[in-house]
Amino acid sequence: MTTPAIGTSSGGTPRAAGAQAAPAESGQRPATFRVWRGDAAGGAFRDYTTDTAPGMVVLDAIHQIQAEQANDLAVRWNCKAGKCGSCSAEINGKPRLMCMTRLSDLSLDKPVTVEPMRAFPPVKDLVTDVSWNYRVKEKITQFTPRPPDAPDGTWRIQQSDVDRVQEFRKCIECFLCQDVCHVIREHHEETEFIGPRFFVYTAALEMHPLDVADRIPALKRDYGIGFCNITKCCTSVCPESITITDNAIIPLKERVVDEFYDPLGKLVKLFSRAHRG
Amino acid sequence: MADFETVRHDVLVVGAGGAGLRAAIAAAADGVSVGLVCKSLLGKAHTVMAEGGIAAAMGNVDDRDDWKVHFADTMRGGQYINNWRMAELHAKEAPARVRELEAWGALFDRTPDGRILQRNFGGHRYPRLAHVGDRTGLEMIRTLQDHGIHHGIDVHMEWTVLTLLTDGERVAGALAYDRERGRFRVFAAGAVVLATGGIGRAFRITSNSWEYTGDGQSLAYHAGAVLQDMEFVQFHPTGMVWPPSVRGILVTEGVRGEGGVLTNREGRRFMFDDIPENYRAQTAADADEGWRYTQGDKNARRPPELLTRDHVARSITREVREGRGSPHGGVYLDIAWIKERLPNAAEHIKKKLPSMYHQFKQLADIDITTEPMEVGPTTHYIMGGIHVDGDTQMSTVPGLFAAGECAAGLHGANRLGGNSLSDLLVFGQRAGTYAAQFAQAHAPVAPDLGQANEAAQQALEPFSRTTGEGPYQIQHALQDTMQELVGIVRREEEMAKALSQISALSARAAQVAVVGNREYNPGWHTALDLGNLLTVAEAITRSAIERRESRGGHFRDDFPDKDPGSATFNITLRKGPAGRMELSREPIRPMPDALKQVIAEGG
Ligand SMILES: Cc1cc2nc3c(=O)[nH]c(=O)nc-3n(C[C@H](O)[C@H](O)[C@H](O)COP(=O)(O)OP(=O)(O)OC[C@H]3O[C@@H](n4cnc5c(N)ncnc54)[C@H](O)[C@@H]3O)c2cc1C
Ligand code: SF4
Ligand code: SF4
Ligand code: FES
Repeated sequence: MTTPAIGTSSGGTPRAAGAQAAPAESGQRPATFRVWRGDAAGGAFRDYTTDTAPGMVVLDAIHQIQAEQANDLAVRWNCKAGKCGSCSAEINGKPRLMCMTRLSDLSLDKPVTVEPMRAFPPVKDLVTDVSWNYRVKEKITQFTPRPPDAPDGTWRIQQSDVDRVQEFRKCIECFLCQDVCHVIREHHEETEFIGPRFFVYTAALEMHPLDVADRIPALKRDYGIGFCNITKCCTSVCPESITITDNAIIPLKERVVDEFYDPLGKLVKLFSRAHRG
Repeated sequence: MADFETVRHDVLVVGAGGAGLRAAIAAAADGVSVGLVCKSLLGKAHTVMAEGGIAAAMGNVDDRDDWKVHFADTMRGGQYINNWRMAELHAKEAPARVRELEAWGALFDRTPDGRILQRNFGGHRYPRLAHVGDRTGLEMIRTLQDHGIHHGIDVHMEWTVLTLLTDGERVAGALAYDRERGRFRVFAAGAVVLATGGIGRAFRITSNSWEYTGDGQSLAYHAGAVLQDMEFVQFHPTGMVWPPSVRGILVTEGVRGEGGVLTNREGRRFMFDDIPENYRAQTAADADEGWRYTQGDKNARRPPELLTRDHVARSITREVREGRGSPHGGVYLDIAWIKERLPNAAEHIKKKLPSMYHQFKQLADIDITTEPMEVGPTTHYIMGGIHVDGDTQMSTVPGLFAAGECAAGLHGANRLGGNSLSDLLVFGQRAGTYAAQFAQAHAPVAPDLGQANEAAQQALEPFSRTTGEGPYQIQHALQDTMQELVGIVRREEEMAKALSQISALSARAAQVAVVGNREYNPGWHTALDLGNLLTVAEAITRSAIERRESRGGHFRDDFPDKDPGSATFNITLRKGPAGRMELSREPIRPMPDALKQVIAEGG
């Protein structure tokens, strides 16, 4: 089968660079991208050289390669603005969002490597099978609110209580933290370890001002929080700058300790839960 | 004939954005089996990108607000060709739908007394948008997703519906392929809800993702359903214009709601120069009054930056065309100026508009707390879509329902910001409920496998062509055609030219070739999207030619004024017997006196 001729630039991108010509701010320059091509059966890196322009991000380069040289190059994306968490990959070995990695932040003197997240089974090229994450979430006890505060069925919540958990709720489910976590990556403890993303999720529920469910026993027993040895790699890759370890995991670990090893603390907590409820 | 794997659900929901998720939850609550298919992973649909908020007249910030004012605002915004029944239901039910989200775990920003905080937005008389900073869509989709997964919905991620299957008159399911392996599957269903979103990818500059190829509109049309109001496309006034690779990405209206102003290269606040007559009484007299409005002064009127989107977008286009634009072909949007009025302005901006702050910082190297942004119009939303019954959301095909952006009616000629997220909740819930009822009330029918077979064969043809154009080239050519000839400012001759280009592109699309195999092959997926894009492009263009006036999102250079005679009909389209698109003018049903009264009283 011959490769069809492709005339225009930028593949599935919001066609920014199209006919609305970019003002000549500075010249285009070619750069080489070393992209992993393959599937579950195996694969290899392939080099693609393409023109780059000011302001471009890695995802733009990938789309350009897709449109001009490799129509079938598989990649996930949606928002192109760091909001949906679809375009996760490892760029020069570091887990990042392709749409938020500007070429100006990388050295283009040598090839830029772009490979799929390595902690997940490959599907094709840059696309991996992240379905495990969706299954994990289903086993975490869902949001369970206290009875409404007002007769009209609504609640009264202070902004400061909202602010406390907002950090966790910013999560875009890019799964980069899961990708970088050595417990998942090397030890494949997936069945008994939910991973940093879901510690963030559990923290969001546990610290939700309305929630009354207790996930602390499960954190120890089923979610495997004990496997985490606080390396903070997850925090360092989170594109939403969520302080995963210090703000989510460590406080959860403390709660586990309180509940299991400090009976008095547990009583106080039970009481305050009942009181809140 | 090929043997298809078949999965059966009582209700099949196509699309997992706000509308699809809400519909699936509603249907599952009625005890029927529900399947949910979506092209992307769960939680990645367009809804996740919504920023500003959800419109609902809860009156938490200004107790003068109620459903009547919201109804009147929506009708005025839509220039009175909305489906008034939908506008009424929407205004009445949105508050309950928002409170329900809170009961499912959504955490909105709060008022000082602990209730849900509401913010100002263009075209809404009172502060009305429930929000979470500027990431409301994320909060909404995650809440629905996390609630939905515990309610027995079968989710089929990364499956794309290729065609709807019928049994003569009634819908009986759909044929889909999975993106991962390229396998076909029949989803048999007693009722189908389309919640597939919009069409932005038909244009070159858009805030929309690859998913927005008009699938739902096109699927419904080819299944015999009527489309309506397709000429009304919303060009959002503020998209990013630089760097080129992010052109079109949205800058939320929330920036203007928080006090951001638009200026041209001369530093003039040009929005004060042309205020439409019907909005004059509600618009601030000067900069000071406008600022006070954004800060919650109930006696102040809104700044002209918060006029309806169509008007603001055209004003920006005018400034650029007349040579007063910014260096990269937009105008300036300045929120940094509020430091003249507020202590800690930089912190305030970062708190109120965190994702905008990051978006500009990371993608454009601009610190919006100290510098103005450059912005220009971007294709954002389609008001038109599948014609539905206002109460049940059923289309003209029995058993086929539609909700959210792919359905028409609520927004008329122009949508107000924030009215989409509320639309998804209100009509998603209705569509799900009525679809479940329909599936329960009617015996299941078997999908016509001949239709499935034909569609599957056609889908595989591009692989068998050894010569031929690639899909991206055709997609880009279509985007250029629509952008240049059927964009913000339209003219009969140009649109006629667009029609002939669209038909030439259809011929090219019929010969498209793809390389590689069926496994996760974006080239193939893009080739399959072409048919939908071409169908909606033709529908938009034909409807836009037919409406010989300017109204809302539809502006005709050759008919620049509103024509009162054209306020009496919607333009509808259906596939004629010979497979050609047939247009008609559907008279708008007269509004009941009680609703007329609401509008006459000014809401
Ligand atoms: C950047 C941005 C900001 C916005 N901000 C706001 C705001 O603040 N307030 C507001 O009210 N509105 C806002 N909007 C508009 C609003 O977000 C959208 O109109 C709304 O989210 C559409 O929701 P939906 O449920 O109809 O579709 P979507 O959320 O787009 O979901 C569509 C679903 O359909 C699926 N699908 C499509 N085709 C197929 C197919 N063939 N087969 C299978 N599945 C398919 C997709 O995979 C997806 O799951 C914004 C829009 C954008 C782009
Ligand atoms: S801190 Fe814990 S969860 Fe995070 S990467 Fe290290 S081991 Fe994994
Ligand atoms: S916590 Fe951060 S890195 Fe992990 S999934 Fe969420 S956004 Fe991604
Ligand atoms: S495309 Fe959405 S995060 Fe990159």
